[in-house]
Amino acid sequence: MSTENGVIYRISGPVVTATGIAPRMYEVVRVGNEGLMGEVIELHGEQSVIQVYEETSGIEPGEPVIRTGQTLSVQLGPGLLTQIYDGIQRPLPKLEETMGVFITRGVDADGLDLTKEWEFVPTVKVGDELSAGHVIGTVQETETIEHRVMVPPGKEGVVKTIESGSFNITQTVCKLEDGSEIAMMQEWPVRHPRPFVQKYAPDVPLMTGQRILDFLFPLAKGGTAGIPGPFGSGKTVTQQQLAKWSDAQIVVYIGCGERGNEMTEVLDEFPHLIDPNTNKPLMNRTVMIANTSNMPVAAREASVYTGVTIAEYFRDMGYNVALMADSTSRWAEAMREISSRLEEMPGEEGYPAYLSSRLAEFYERAGRVETLSGEDGSVSVIGAVSPPGGDISEPVSQGTLRIVKVFWGLDAGLARQRHFPAINWLSSYSLYPQALDQWYRDNIATDFPEVRTEISTLLQIEAELQEIVQLVGSDALPIDQQLTLEVARMIREFFLQQNAFHDVDTYSDLKLQYDMAKAILNFQEEGKKAIAGGAQLEDVVNVPARTDLMRGRFEEGYDGRIEGLVAEMSKQIAASMEEN
Amino acid sequence: MSGKEYRTITDVKGPLVFLNKTEPVSYNEIVQLRLSDGSIKNGQVLDTSDDQVIVQVFEGTASVDRQTGVKFLGDVFKLPVSKGLIGRILDGAGRPRDGGPEIVADDMADIIGAAINPYSRQSPESFIQTGISAIDACTSLVRGQKLPIFSASGLPHNDIALQIARQAKLVGSDDDFVVVFCAMGITAEEYNFFVHDLERTGALENAALFVNLADDPAVERLITPRLALTAAEYLAFEHDYHVLVIYTDMTNYCESLRQIGAAREEVPGRRGYPGYMYTDLAMLYERAGLVKGKKGSITQFPILTMPGDDITHPIPDLSGYITEGQIVISRELHQKGIYPPINVLPSLSRLMNAGIGPGKTREDHKSVSDQLYAAYAQGKELRGLVAIVGEDALNERDLQLLKFADIFEDKFLRQSRDEDRSIDEGTLDLAWNLLSNIDTKYLVRLDQKWIDKYHPGEKKGEEE
Ligand SMILES: Nc1ncnc2c1ncn2[C@@H]1O[C@H](COP(=O)(O)OP(=O)(O)OP(=O)(O)O)[C@@H](O)[C@H]1O
Ligand SMILES: [Mg+2]
Repeated sequence: MSTENGVIYRISGPVVTATGIAPRMYEVVRVGNEGLMGEVIELHGEQSVIQVYEETSGIEPGEPVIRTGQTLSVQLGPGLLTQIYDGIQRPLPKLEETMGVFITRGVDADGLDLTKEWEFVPTVKVGDELSAGHVIGTVQETETIEHRVMVPPGKEGVVKTIESGSFNITQTVCKLEDGSEIAMMQEWPVRHPRPFVQKYAPDVPLMTGQRILDFLFPLAKGGTAGIPGPFGSGKTVTQQQLAKWSDAQIVVYIGCGERGNEMTEVLDEFPHLIDPNTNKPLMNRTVMIANTSNMPVAAREASVYTGVTIAEYFRDMGYNVALMADSTSRWAEAMREISSRLEEMPGEEGYPAYLSSRLAEFYERAGRVETLSGEDGSVSVIGAVSPPGGDISEPVSQGTLRIVKVFWGLDAGLARQRHFPAINWLSSYSLYPQALDQWYRDNIATDFPEVRTEISTLLQIEAELQEIVQLVGSDALPIDQQLTLEVARMIREFFLQQNAFHDVDTYSDLKLQYDMAKAILNFQEEGKKAIAGGAQLEDVVNVPARTDLMRGRFEEGYDGRIEGLVAEMSKQIAASMEEN
Repeated sequence: MSGKEYRTITDVKGPLVFLNKTEPVSYNEIVQLRLSDGSIKNGQVLDTSDDQVIVQVFEGTASVDRQTGVKFLGDVFKLPVSKGLIGRILDGAGRPRDGGPEIVADDMADIIGAAINPYSRQSPESFIQTGISAIDACTSLVRGQKLPIFSASGLPHNDIALQIARQAKLVGSDDDFVVVFCAMGITAEEYNFFVHDLERTGALENAALFVNLADDPAVERLITPRLALTAAEYLAFEHDYHVLVIYTDMTNYCESLRQIGAAREEVPGRRGYPGYMYTDLAMLYERAGLVKGKKGSITQFPILTMPGDDITHPIPDLSGYITEGQIVISRELHQKGIYPPINVLPSLSRLMNAGIGPGKTREDHKSVSDQLYAAYAQGKELRGLVAIVGEDALNERDLQLLKFADIFEDKFLRQSRDEDRSIDEGTLDLAWNLLSNIDTKYLVRLDQKWIDKYHPGEKKGEEE
């Protein structure tokens, strides 16, 4: 029997065992009469164990298994942006064309359109010496994004010919002296990180327009964040807010084992949303991967790698890329399911023993790097985590928290009170502020870090005071502490709460966030003075100008008006002292 | 089709049968077992290799022995579908239970069901009025949504489900719903309650029922919802029906899943339920929605009883992670004598934003709903404080909110089983009336323009 072709020995859900072939680990094979795509995940004596990316119902032992010699790879080149893929980079619109609205099986589809022609503009000339990662030309891929065509990793040499004009992505646009050819498309095996020169420490914030995130728990460009939370607490809304408003140049959004309708929502919405940084539709910078909860689990397992490889590819062009994975728990569960079919020795809660190393390897692919061509590029990774019962003592949450530098902890209690985003300000943290403080001082305000500290201190104090209030009621507290409670309430209701569905409130730029924080501290200061001067707390709190200041954030042009509103509030608070 | 009958059973373990065979058997293939007394059991292949096969037997393995004949039928499980399903009652494996003839099939549909391409979905956004204020105002349902009822034993979830089935309509449209009802392990009494109510209102003629009762085979419950959803998909996407699928009780379904897992000696996930339960449930719940180019829709109302009233139990927990919100029934409200005892605070409709507002329900809907939540949540919290420090420690605002919580439960939540409130006068105007018990200055979630227009005490302009 040839070692290229074997037969199915056993089928158990997405896991198929074959005999009669001798493939390499992680090699892609074709399974059964329909040639379903699968990947070798274990070699065991005579047997090769394969995870199959499509439904396996109706397949029989004895059907053929054929080697391809390839490892699981993605196609990289112009045409990625605005596309929506399944977990193994099959374009969903293509699948609809061939299968209709239900995803059946046995259909192959290229990740990129191989026939479409793009206008290639060379940036090198004959005789130039090129190394891997060197940009040889550009293509205007979407209105806002210039695709930089690079020498694939592993190639180098002197330019013999270089073309200009319309080409499809498989045509040669550049020949090297050694005879090798370069086209606009390259392929890369998804389980291997793409190469770079070195990693830098991140020192620029990824701005998201979400006040609690940017101001209290910032993420750096090239950083990592985890968002654990029970169902319905706001993981998806937060991830979508980041996909919409963060100032990354490219967004890769992975719907990993979640709802179909959520992907539809993104598809419906993004083409109409305007990127505040470019004033063009957000879709221009977005690549989506949708392997929903009811699609095959093996492809769900792969989806995360497909996504991060695409993200690294754009990073290599010198872009800042943000990748969201919703939810990494479903990815971990896919690993668990496959591992249990392999009858591997389970670790904690049935997850494979390698769970934490897989999580670490995934988040390790984030980072700010010097690319092969000497540019500065980054991949920021934000992973949602869905802990059973909302209890983060479980393996996926714990494995994630050990690695990520930012923890945005969602809280069922806050969600139930409709305090959104329901991010718990006491338990969440970011390890980046120190690295970013200089940037804030230089770009926003010299006292930015101090203002942040004051705001978070007030929230800590409130938590302590609340414990007393629960026992004796707030009236029993001294008046200055009652004022502190009012200030903290203002932080919560005016600053931390932010309605993702409100046209204006959905996004605040960092300068405005700073102004709002200052406005709160101003209220505190003026309030203290007024009370010391004999004013009643009721009167200080209820000055109409404070309501105006707070409601004002729902209207356009707030950044221009806030200064005036604060001045008016101060005036009215000072006046409340005189009334007494 | 092999047709060969094997008598090669080696092991029987719980609902599973292990046997040796010589010809290829495909994964998920349907199996027939002939017992020595001539009776027939049905099963499905769970694992297949060159020499051994594992079969899960729907009717359980009682009386199966080494002499039992096993025949592989060469196909995966299919349901005969046609419009003739409407008005019929079938058992948990899809056979007539109403004494009627076999279904004349227009088509045979694979019951596992293929995933809807996410790119081919259409966003659900048509508001369904249920006539129940708590749902319509606070957790609005839209066509194509999957919105489970999280209940517990002894609570009136069935009444609520039936009331929804009776009253659900699209405002300003006369498209009717067809009901697909799926019973999994419920008692005969509960079942009769459903059937009588559907009969009384004439809805039975417009319904297809798939019934597996408490004394029917437990493993069959793994098939029943798949049959129901296959019928629903056929009616919705081949015949343009708007289908409302009610299935109860998901908890029994999950128990059967656990039983199979245990018999296969799988490494269990939380509390003994299989690690793949999330995916398995998703394969049911995700069979809801609207797709491009088709007129019909599938809206799902799964009912589940939370073991120990615990919302963090794996069954409600994994469901909540998949569905588009949940309606939570409260024992506390039920004990207070309030029907429907819906606790709006942990309830949620994730698709609500898309389904409400001007042109759909009313311009003030979002604002009113936010305000109801905020006021009721604060009022309820104050009850706890009052229990410790007494009402004297409360200021004016807190007193009003405290009182509002009672009014809200008594006047807004409470309604009778046949009371069908319209969204505008019946529900939203009622909400304004009740909110007017609170000083306007404390109603910070209401936009001034809606106060001017709808507040009974502050209405400007269009006074009658
Ligand atoms: N920032 C926000 N502004 C307004 N509403 C929000 C916000 N965040 C969350 N919500 C509300 O909470 C609901 C649930 O949020 P979301 O779908 O993001 O939860 P999730 O954590 O992803 O849940 P699951 O784990 O089940 O997917 C939303 O439908 C919305 O109503
Ligand atoms: Mg989510």
